[in-house]
Amino acid sequence: MPTAVYAGTTVPVTDDGFFLDPDQWREDMAPEIARDTGIDALTDRHWQVITHMRKEFAEKGTGPTVRALGRTSGVSIKELYLLFPKGPAKLAAKIAGIPKPRGCI
Amino acid sequence: MKRIVVLGGGTGGTLAANRLRRDLGDEVVIEVVDQDDDHLYQPGLLFVPFGLSRPQDLVRSRPAQLHSGIAYRTAGIERVDLGAEQVLLSDGVTLAYDVLVVATGARLLPEETEGLTGPGARETVHTFYDLDGATALEGALSRFTGGRLVVNVVDMPIKCPVAPLEFCFLADWYFTERGIRDQVELIYVTPLDAAFTKPVAARTLSGLLAEKHVELVTEFNTGEVDGIGGRLVSYDGREVLFDLAVVVPLHGGAAYVDRSPGLGDEFGFVPTDKHTLQSSAAPNVFVIGDAAAVPTSKAGSVTHFEGETIARNVARFLAGDELDASFDGHTNCFIESGFGKAMLIDFNYDTEPVPGHYPASIGMPLLKQSRLNHLGKLMFGWLYWHSLLPGRDIPGLGAGMPLAGKHLHTPSAT
Repeated sequence: MPTAVYAGTTVPVTDDGFFLDPDQWREDMAPEIARDTGIDALTDRHWQVITHMRKEFAEKGTGPTVRALGRTSGVSIKELYLLFPKGPAKLAAKIAGIPKPRGCI
Repeated sequence: MKRIVVLGGGTGGTLAANRLRRDLGDEVVIEVVDQDDDHLYQPGLLFVPFGLSRPQDLVRSRPAQLHSGIAYRTAGIERVDLGAEQVLLSDGVTLAYDVLVVATGARLLPEETEGLTGPGARETVHTFYDLDGATALEGALSRFTGGRLVVNVVDMPIKCPVAPLEFCFLADWYFTERGIRDQVELIYVTPLDAAFTKPVAARTLSGLLAEKHVELVTEFNTGEVDGIGGRLVSYDGREVLFDLAVVVPLHGGAAYVDRSPGLGDEFGFVPTDKHTLQSSAAPNVFVIGDAAAVPTSKAGSVTHFEGETIARNVARFLAGDELDASFDGHTNCFIESGFGKAMLIDFNYDTEPVPGHYPASIGMPLLKQSRLNHLGKLMFGWLYWHSLLPGRDIPGLGAGMPLAGKHLHTPSAT
């Protein structure tokens, strides 16, 4: 099983880099995960989304889709794509240490 | 006497009311509410643009589909008051309920995508997801003499997730019949990372798209539809050019759900236990069909298979008994593939669509084109009015997904 080291801690991750255990995530790991995905610095707006992802996951057991983020995070879909250019739902989930959002059916 | 109010007189509301009337008889009062008298056979919409169905043949009276003894009321719904256990209608009437059945389906939200209702709508930009749209598209297709025809799903969830693929297959057939297939480029543009949500079926379906020379564009999240410039623009700045676009708009739940505190999620769908069909909002609220936020397809077959569980559980709830957690997410879809053939997929919460036969090892072929499946699809139209809506079980086809006949060890693509 692949692992990654963030903020000095080794954590098991999936083949595409998502945390297997969201409880192992700490805030100080987020900037390092972000750099791995090509985001150099996390702004307050990034953090608003990351905090929201954690909250949604804790309540619902799955991360929100981009469309749900646009409705509920306080950040518009357009801005989400500026903050997390290669796919907001996936990237923000990865940086927030939660599983890859399940697609709808 | 206990009162059951059913919101919505479409597939789910009609078959739930009919099953409840048959099971409970005069022990309860059942009232169905809808805003008009047009019960639309939605699976027929796909065929209208190709001249294979006539719009007027798809619509019947709503109350005419209800068993005698069921009351029907034409009114808009203002909101549900969960605490007071009553529904407020737009004409000012208040309906008290002991049990509420939510069956108001999904609503199209084209205005939520930039440009989709703007210049070019009904000219270069069309949809077939409502009757007016499908009818207008028939004219547009008949005038189309060549160029880029783009079929786009804006985002999931949508009703009948295979319908946009079927549209591509039928378009390939339609332009071949007209002798201009070589003048038409067909492009399927999806937000998913493959042709379909489930890996084994996605592989078969993307093979079929390739075979029919339909280009597949994946992970495209449409941010803007430019009808004048003929462009779909994604949120991450990619563009797909079109001469004619067929767009499946965003879906949400009925508008009153948003106005009813505690009832729906951020899209207006109602959070629901996926096995009992009881809502999370209140124990005396049950949900059937597209209105429910459950992880299965929004499709008529699902609604039919849910019918047995919801009728049983409303009766059990009224009797104070424990609910039956029997709904398994069973979905059964014919996929029209053109030239008089169709494929069939059959799956549930736990088992993805795989090859084999349905309902058992002798039956209709799964995940494979055949003439028999096409006939099955046509027969479904008759069954809809005469078996599904009256709330009858179809002999030999149970509500639970059959495992017999399925090749369960087909390797998945993931």
